[in-house]
Amino acid sequence: MLTPPQVVENYFLESRHQILEIAAMMDRYDVAVQQHGSHGTAAGPATEQKISLLRKALAIAADPKPTQDRTVALLELFATG
Amino acid sequence: MQIIQPHYHAIARTAQDYERMAMSGVVAVAEPAFWAGFDRLYPETFIDYFRQISEFEPTRAAQYGIRHFCWVAVNPKEAENPVLTREVLKHFPEFFAKPTVLGVGETGLHKSTKNEIESLEAHVDLAMKHGQLVLIHTPHLADKAHGTKTVLEVLAGMNVDPERIWIDHVEEQTIRPCIEAGYWAGFTLYPITKCSPKRAVDMLEKYGTEKILVNSSADWGPSDPFLLQECVLEYRRRGHSLQEAIEVFHNNPCRFLGQNPKFDIKPIRVETIAAPRA
Repeated sequence: MLTPPQVVENYFLESRHQILEIAAMMDRYDVAVQQHGSHGTAAGPATEQKISLLRKALAIAADPKPTQDRTVALLELFATG
Repeated sequence: MQIIQPHYHAIARTAQDYERMAMSGVVAVAEPAFWAGFDRLYPETFIDYFRQISEFEPTRAAQYGIRHFCWVAVNPKEAENPVLTREVLKHFPEFFAKPTVLGVGETGLHKSTKNEIESLEAHVDLAMKHGQLVLIHTPHLADKAHGTKTVLEVLAGMNVDPERIWIDHVEEQTIRPCIEAGYWAGFTLYPITKCSPKRAVDMLEKYGTEKILVNSSADWGPSDPFLLQECVLEYRRRGHSLQEAIEVFHNNPCRFLGQNPKFDIKPIRVETIAAPRA
């Protein structure tokens, strides 16, 4: 089992990278909405629902005091989508 | 599709890279001088390194039909030894005369120390006096924004031609001032620590493709030269045409590097062959 500093040192850069990718995807979505509107595709409501799901997921992932494992909560959340 | 890899540290890679790059469309690479992973102590070590990248490496690349060009510099990480830097700089002109040396790089900043800034100024000054192109490294991660700002301040205080200077490793927080000042900007694709293929395409869509050089560096650390091809794929998947991709990944390197006549690969255009008349 790793120590807390080891967890951070081992996974900080990888996590930074993953968060940047998610942020870039959200920016990409906003640009697309500006250009095409949120109903730019036939799957308008479904698209908004998925984005909403991702926003909820980010809040769960960032929760400093979760009541259950974040991964469990996220998988359950995505199962509802 | 023909691709040029404008920033590639070949000596840290195996021939398998060359073989796979050749099979995936790479027609030329340009190798900036790099940090060896430890601080070199002797000018002669640099001289032999420059000989390796300007004399030997082109022969290795040629076995796979790839043209190999290079740059010479003392890496910013080694700029804390000013005596060594000055001694190595004295030898640059003899390498400028070699047929595949394109200019001075990668110089730049790492921690933006006084010695690094003096080294950057000396590199850029020498390059301008000899009519050479310049490739500037900007710092990693938390040091990037401050270091890039400092690079721009240093350049603004010198008599330089921005058209002949490529500021590399820009990211979302540093691209705008570099291109607004008229410099070429480079996106360096790394698996984790720099830009990703998707983010690079985001920036191409946001800022346009003019004066942008996309590269995947590839050195002795965690890196992947084929992130460049991944970026091409991402660009094409978003609906950009083959010609638009060629403009970014082949023709832009031709335009920047071709300012040195030694780089004689020309921009290309895809054309449909008209059907013969019956």
